[in-house]
Amino acid sequence: MADKHYLKALLGIIAVLFVFSTAHSASEQFKGKIYSPGILKPVDSKTRLKAGMKAPDFALPSLSGEKISLGQHRGKKNVVISFVPAAWTPVCSDQWPGYNIAKGIFDKNNAILLGISVDNIPTLYAWTKEMGDLWFPVLSDFYPHGAVSKKYGVLRSDGVSERALFVIDKRGIIRYIDVHDINKRPALEDLAKELEKLEK
Amino acid sequence: MRYKILFLLMFVLSVTFFGINITGAEPVPAKGGPFPEITLPVPEKAGEKEYLGLTGNKPFRISQIKADLVILEIFSMYCPYCQKEAPNVNELYQTVSKRAGVKDRIKIIGVGAGNTAFEIDVFRTQYDIRFPLFSDESFSIHKLVGEVRTPHFFVIRINADGSNTIVYSKVGSIEDSKQFLDMIIKESGLK
Repeated sequence: MADKHYLKALLGIIAVLFVFSTAHSASEQFKGKIYSPGILKPVDSKTRLKAGMKAPDFALPSLSGEKISLGQHRGKKNVVISFVPAAWTPVCSDQWPGYNIAKGIFDKNNAILLGISVDNIPTLYAWTKEMGDLWFPVLSDFYPHGAVSKKYGVLRSDGVSERALFVIDKRGIIRYIDVHDINKRPALEDLAKELEKLEK
Repeated sequence: MRYKILFLLMFVLSVTFFGINITGAEPVPAKGGPFPEITLPVPEKAGEKEYLGLTGNKPFRISQIKADLVILEIFSMYCPYCQKEAPNVNELYQTVSKRAGVKDRIKIIGVGAGNTAFEIDVFRTQYDIRFPLFSDESFSIHKLVGEVRTPHFFVIRINADGSNTIVYSKVGSIEDSKQFLDMIIKESGLK
């Protein structure tokens, strides 16, 4: 029995050592402000949503102070929802800034982007300020905690959301779901390809 | 069971005390030392291939670039600092190409850490970048250069014997492009 505990402890130490081998590049922008949670369980939830289903509606406060709903875009715009797990963490901090210079890909496909995280507004404000001026709204799923993430089946057991992308067409139908390995950033071309398939 | 534990213990201790590198990351190559041996694919664009003075289609090494100095930026299209720095690096490219006597001797390249070719293209188009950018999707080059934060600039002098020496290795902005150019020319002893 005691052996098992030793083994667990040793495996823990090894896991910690391996954490430093996570492949991601950190922007100097955030300097030492990024908290590294180490390597996490790739996916820690199971969504019941599937492509072809109606996307659950929601309304969340955004950084600009405006409440933004999915419904307000129905019939007008295709919508990409980008759930990111947490502000001030390595992969997330290097995801939205990329979308920020890829506006052309969204525009071309008559799509808008909604960034969602379970962090509260002040945290999201400070964090996204480091990214420069974002062209897309950032929504806070803070209270009731993670309610929208839960609705989409992407709330992890520790209260943060998955790193997930949902592509929803103008009619409000889900066309693509990528609940990504939380430790990795989804390649931009995969999203771009899905957007190309949509009716503009 | 005990043997397994002993083995693991030895493994952990050897990593801790003998510095066995299991993370795959190397130290950041510093000024005065050589730049790690990396190979890059020959650019598809004829203009870029010509700019680097390459022949053939085999992957090339830094010292094969037809230049005395190579400015290598490790960047990421996802990095806000790199985005802000992009116009400044473009200005450096223009400054180099306008300055008599150094135009053909100093070349600039960028390596996108963890970026796919598609993502590199987005960055290139967004900032109208005229010098060659390479994808390092697997982070293999990023690991060889010590997993630097981005943007990190290396200036590498290519020596007559084919070896190379780093004359500048720093994270963050190059600041004023003209002053930067003067500084690296001085540091490298380029005549």
